[in-house]
Amino acid sequence: MTRMKLVLIGNGMAGVRTLEELLRIAPDLYDITVFGAEPHPNYNRILLSPVLAGEQTLDEIVLNPLAWYADNGITLHLGCAVQAVDRVRRVVHGRDANGQTVTAGYDRLLICTGSTPFILPVPGRDLEGVVAYRDIADTNAMIEAATRYRHAVVIGGGLLGLEAANGLMLRGMQVTVVHVMPTLMERQLDTTAGGMLRSALEQRGVHFRMGAQTQALLGGSDDGASPRVRAVQFKDGSEIPADLVVMAVGIRPNTALAQAARLHVDKGIVVTDTLQTVTDARIYAVGECAAHRGVAYGLVAPLFEQAKVAANHLARFGIGRYIGSLTSTKLKVTGIDLFSAGDFTGGEGSEEIVMSDPAAGVYKKLVIRDDKLIGACMYGDTVDGSWYFKLLRDGRSVVDIRDKLMFGESNMGDAGHAGHSKAAAMPDSAEVCGCNGVSKGTICKAIKEQGLFTLEEVRKHTKASASCGSCTGLVEQILMFTAGGDYSATPMTKALCGCTEHGHAAVRDAIRQVQPDGSKLLTTAAVFRALGWKTPNGCASCRPAINYYLISTWPKEAVDDPQSRFINERSHANIQKDGTYSVIPRMWGGETTASELRRIADVVDKYQIPTVKVTGGQRIDLLGVKKEDLANVWRDIGMPSGHAYAKALRTVKTCVGSEWCRMGTQDSTQLGKDLERAMWRMYAPHKVKFAVSGCPRNCAEAGIKDVGVIGVDSGWEMHIAGNGGIKTEVAHFLVKLKTAAEVLEYTGAFCELYRQEGWYLERTVHYVNRVGLDYVKRRILEDDAGRRALWAQLQFALDGEPDPWFEGDKAHVDARQFGALVAHIENEGAHA
Amino acid sequence: MTEWTLICQLDDIPALGARRVTRSHGLEVALFRTGDDTVFALLDRCPHKGGPLSQGIVFGHSVACPLHNWTIGFADGQAAAPDVGCTPVFRVKVEHGHIFLKTDELRQHAIDQVRPVAGPAHRVCSA
Repeated sequence: MTRMKLVLIGNGMAGVRTLEELLRIAPDLYDITVFGAEPHPNYNRILLSPVLAGEQTLDEIVLNPLAWYADNGITLHLGCAVQAVDRVRRVVHGRDANGQTVTAGYDRLLICTGSTPFILPVPGRDLEGVVAYRDIADTNAMIEAATRYRHAVVIGGGLLGLEAANGLMLRGMQVTVVHVMPTLMERQLDTTAGGMLRSALEQRGVHFRMGAQTQALLGGSDDGASPRVRAVQFKDGSEIPADLVVMAVGIRPNTALAQAARLHVDKGIVVTDTLQTVTDARIYAVGECAAHRGVAYGLVAPLFEQAKVAANHLARFGIGRYIGSLTSTKLKVTGIDLFSAGDFTGGEGSEEIVMSDPAAGVYKKLVIRDDKLIGACMYGDTVDGSWYFKLLRDGRSVVDIRDKLMFGESNMGDAGHAGHSKAAAMPDSAEVCGCNGVSKGTICKAIKEQGLFTLEEVRKHTKASASCGSCTGLVEQILMFTAGGDYSATPMTKALCGCTEHGHAAVRDAIRQVQPDGSKLLTTAAVFRALGWKTPNGCASCRPAINYYLISTWPKEAVDDPQSRFINERSHANIQKDGTYSVIPRMWGGETTASELRRIADVVDKYQIPTVKVTGGQRIDLLGVKKEDLANVWRDIGMPSGHAYAKALRTVKTCVGSEWCRMGTQDSTQLGKDLERAMWRMYAPHKVKFAVSGCPRNCAEAGIKDVGVIGVDSGWEMHIAGNGGIKTEVAHFLVKLKTAAEVLEYTGAFCELYRQEGWYLERTVHYVNRVGLDYVKRRILEDDAGRRALWAQLQFALDGEPDPWFEGDKAHVDARQFGALVAHIENEGAHA
Repeated sequence: MTEWTLICQLDDIPALGARRVTRSHGLEVALFRTGDDTVFALLDRCPHKGGPLSQGIVFGHSVACPLHNWTIGFADGQAAAPDVGCTPVFRVKVEHGHIFLKTDELRQHAIDQVRPVAGPAHRVCSA
């Protein structure tokens, strides 16, 4: 079979990334030819600033060495600028360094020509010593100039200009930054932060001319004969000496070639959501040269998102759309911490929270609109940048954490890496991810050696932050300063897993939707069909989620599928590291009897169970039960399933309460038992724990439970969405109730709301954070009929639900799993 | 001795599920049935931390280990990238719904591998 021909114009990060993605999913589809105008293989352009500053070398920033092109059979034309694209004959014409013409035919063309620096149209712009700051050649010219000349002028006080100024200063030049606006980096910083940045750079020795308009660049001697620049002249007639002028006033998408080929160009080459040009579907444009929905992105993460979609389309999978990105900015000047994201100027209808301590060099501004964080601008202390950016991206309500928001994530009770909040200051040996034991050095090494750019990639390769996720902020920081300055991700709903583009919300909605013919989606297979799943039977991530959505949305109609459940919920016991299981019988409210304890003791002896342990939830755990013994252990203990293995109601923890306690004001044990009997067998998006305390001393620790009830003299206080896990979260006070019956109704209604709206594996704390406490109050407190309906729905769902330990058939427990098959080999009696 | 040993019928394995097969020496063999009713056999041990693969979720032609979610391919026993590791593969024959494993593989293949040990120290001694 002849392969199709793919030509890439532009050997930079966007184009080569697209090729990498393409080769991964369709390695044999195309013969690939690459044209690169620069004489270098693909390198990390973001890291030119550290190179200029002398912190890294050019070799270190190469992303794809020449061998990579050879290994993948790619024809590479370096130093070969493309002159024309003939769309009729589908041929690309280039000219190499020797003036020879190089042509290549294509079936698909990928244009990744990036952008070109904008050069001010002032007299003298062609003088020697006037450079832009875009590529290796510019960087080398600046490094070279620094060895021979004294005065440098950088025109442009944006991100790139300041990085250039810092680098040149570190290389010993006297640097003046000329900026036409009164504030530095005015697109990323407000006036205060811009001012702090300026004084920090001034202290390092950089000079500034603010609000200054450049009129001309003056050449060599007075007669203008010498071609080298000598000074910069401003509108007001004043001059400053300059042996090197760096133009960093902005970039323009490089669209000349596309325009000549009569492709539609607006702010860039106009592309669709599949990154195809609107003019010619054979031609794709990715990266800085492309304009998607009117935006041309100049940061790396959006380019990679685009690359993924374009590659998928080129590979003829045709799934995935690019729908735009949110971006954040971080200055790559060592020692200056600066972060901005979103709309930090605020305006009509927005509020600002500001903390300013100029003497200490710390400034933080958070902009909030409609209870959501919409922008952040930070100087000096940017540890929480990635956390704010995440809040911004997720668009979650910040009402509940507003009072603590300014103090950052470390104030929210993170566990596992206390004392480490500044990733840059951590030694390589320091542990970043406590769950998987990943050190900072390991992460840095993987980022450099594997060329990782996104959090997902780091998680895949190192497992850092892949388990509990509490070190995500640290990992993102490490990623930022190891791979390059900007980090961003699209705000689009995250796909449920690799099998689909749909997020949790879309899948839930589809399942809840009754079909036009009156039928419903009741099986995972039907959901896969209706939503165009990419895999025949999903994966270990999506199948359990969909199975939960089905049985919680359509109780009594959708049939539980044990093969779509994680092993613990399939075998109704907790798997242990050696493949044995643990068994936790239910003890209502944590109360037990002599006969129960005797039966447990007998079972421990009979089945030689190695460990018996009391759990944090006031139950007894038998550890090390063999799978073939499980059913017999359940039968002999004769107590109901404790569901300690399930995303379901686990325990109701209680204190002894007024029955015995001299302090007790309410019968907490009885209420705990009632709650547990009313709601056990309740499957949920994640595990659910209750607690009931009989007085405000709160011995049952109700403040860190999904529902915590605390008795007071006049009734019960109900708290919701607490969590004692990775991140300790104190429950929110919801309501004060008079009777135990009310507690049951309100608790049931809240649980049913969570069951219907929570995403699979989302704890109540995250659910309530996502939808906002006010929303929950509206549904549970203000809507009496709605609350009663929710409680009725839960009771309907739980009515007749089987105990899987004793009604295995009804609970769809496949009993065959407990026994093993035996391989009987003939004549093997002697061996066995 | 016959070359193939009859183990069970196709219907003894749940669709998208697995069964364990014990043998006289060595760890169990896991028999998997995929969505398209193909049957595969692997040593019932994940190359990562020794988890019993027969207890995992079967999807496509692979299984997710129940302990740490490594994905192991049925055809070659290899872990999916970026994880690296390999589980021994056993040959399977299916004839008219009867499932057979290779007799010499049941006897000898990968019999040196062991399960990780859990629990208190006295169990380590008695194991």
